Amino acid sequence: MTVALEALSWIAVVTGLFFMLVGTIGILRMPDIYTRLHAAGMTDTMGAGFLLLGMSVQTVIGMMQGETSWWTVLVRLVLIYAFLLFTSPIAGHAVARAGLAGGIEPWSNERGGTE
Amino acid sequence: MFIVASAGILAAMTIVLIRALLGPTVYDRVMALNIFGTKTVLLIAVLGFLAGRPEFLDLALVYALINFIGTIAVLKFFEFGDLGLTRRVERELES
Repeated sequence: MTVALEALSWIAVVTGLFFMLVGTIGILRMPDIYTRLHAAGMTDTMGAGFLLLGMSVQTVIGMMQGETSWWTVLVRLVLIYAFLLFTSPIAGHAVARAGLAGGIEPWSNERGGTE
Repeated sequence: MFIVASAGILAAMTIVLIRALLGPTVYDRVMALNIFGTKTVLLIAVLGFLAGRPEFLDLALVYALINFIGTIAVLKFFEFGDLGLTRRVERELES
């Protein structure tokens, strides 16, 4: 049982790191602010979500090994994910809106096409 | 496992910092710093588990909230040139 949970948490952490690294490479490589926001949103939902899932499974393993007070840790992990779920889209929306208000033209084929 | 996770998060933070330094617009920098803050939250959480003291998650929770508020405040400043005070004064002068 513990071995299965360890494997599950490994898989979750590695998946989260994969999404996070892919998203950050997207932030580095994408041509303008709006496309970069697309890559940035992925790191917050998928990357952070899977990493927190891996940590939650580790917490469950700790609880099974006798750390009875660790259910509060589980609550905090869920709270962090809930906050990220609310704040990440709002921040992305605010960045895009501020960019439009600041006069940043969206990247297109007509404007600065082959980057 | 948590050593691998923290190494990966640190690599991602480095890439995001490169974007924050490169710019080219101020919005790119703000977005990069927002993502950097999210990564910091995860790094604090992972380091808490690495040290065997998951109570560190309180710090991560607070950091997540502060990071969001800071991003929104800075963006409002860049969008309007102020934090809304002069627009309110103008509205009151009009009415």
